[in-house]
Amino acid sequence: MKTLTVNIVTPDGPVYDSQVDMIIAKTASGEIGILPGHIPTVAPLVIGAVKLKKDGKSEYVAVNGGFVEVRPEKVSILTQSAEVASNIDVARAKESMKRAEQRLQGKADATDFNRAELSLKRAMNRINVYEGNI
Amino acid sequence: MASLRDIKGKITSTKKTSQITKAMQMVSASKLNRAEENAKAYVPYMTKIQEVVGAIATGTSDGAHPMLTSRPVKKTAYLVITADRGLAGAYNSNIIRAASNAIAERHSSKDEYVIFAIGRMGRDFFVKRGSNVIGDVIGLPDQPAFSDIKEIARRAVGMFTDGTYDELYMYYNHFVSAISSEVTEKKVLPLTDIAVEKGTTASYEFDPSAEAILEVLLPQYAESLIFGALLDGKASEHAMRMSAMKSATDNATDLIGNLTLVYNRARQAAITQEITEIVGGAAALE
Repeated sequence: MKTLTVNIVTPDGPVYDSQVDMIIAKTASGEIGILPGHIPTVAPLVIGAVKLKKDGKSEYVAVNGGFVEVRPEKVSILTQSAEVASNIDVARAKESMKRAEQRLQGKADATDFNRAELSLKRAMNRINVYEGNI
Repeated sequence: MASLRDIKGKITSTKKTSQITKAMQMVSASKLNRAEENAKAYVPYMTKIQEVVGAIATGTSDGAHPMLTSRPVKKTAYLVITADRGLAGAYNSNIIRAASNAIAERHSSKDEYVIFAIGRMGRDFFVKRGSNVIGDVIGLPDQPAFSDIKEIARRAVGMFTDGTYDELYMYYNHFVSAISSEVTEKKVLPLTDIAVEKGTTASYEFDPSAEAILEVLLPQYAESLIFGALLDGKASEHAMRMSAMKSATDNATDLIGNLTLVYNRARQAAITQEITEIVGGAAALE
């Protein structure tokens, strides 16, 4: 069976590099499933989990936005930060979720509110990916 | 001539200083290694993003994205990347001089430009000069991660987008090799010099549209440029601190050599004098 090469790169270095059977990612316009031989595509990603199917098993990587570049044999995901499920510091994520929730409850102007919302999303995404409930 | 004890004291203190500078040199050498590794880890990200940006920006011929087009310049922003500490030779002063010369040449009043400062030395300089420093980051670790400067990079790019200023320049030291680096001025925004490699411009499908992707991609690209400059700057900071400390150690060794010579000469003179005195004394007794 054909496979796809997946690269997930961040400014701090590559996070994931392997052969997989299928990729499922969340783009701005909905979920996208990528199989080998996909037409060249570029799509922005939202904060969420990228699912990588390999030999019947699934791996998850938490990505914070960025975009995916698809070529028939190769998929690159470029994002400002990404973590493989096993590398997630879940205690830190829980802490930042708490902080973001507090900020959302307090009175804040629009920009602070947006920022807190984003960081809440990121933290929840990390926790979800870590616990595998996607 | 200074007394024997004075010279001895000088030798000991110079030795102590040279031990410190030697240690700092070795610390910087290992930090330089790590910094080079970081810079290497960043390369694949940058190449990829450049490739895609190039492919998309040239693919959409109308290319009217605000970040790609120059507009009349009313206000300019400068992002100056320096170190937090001194003892790095001319590292900080080179960057600061280049930036402040350029500013003095281009602008007649302080209202025409704003400063972003990464690094304490640059910030202090511009704050003291009364320039309008609107953002700063200090106390960055020696091996910075992207999240350390995400906030300032996002602000710098965001304020260009919302029209606070019309140009963004970066000043940093470009790492050439362990013994040389050069101050570099780079225009970050607008992104007018996107290089396109021939043959890589695969015709992509855009989901949902090329414009929507540029909306996400270009800020990310500009922010990565800033991070790349920071990594470059850090590497050359460590390199320059290393060579500054090396020459300090060398100077100390020279100084110790000279002082030892003086010390020995003085010691010998003292012995000769003592012998003369003894001989003189004995002669007087006969």
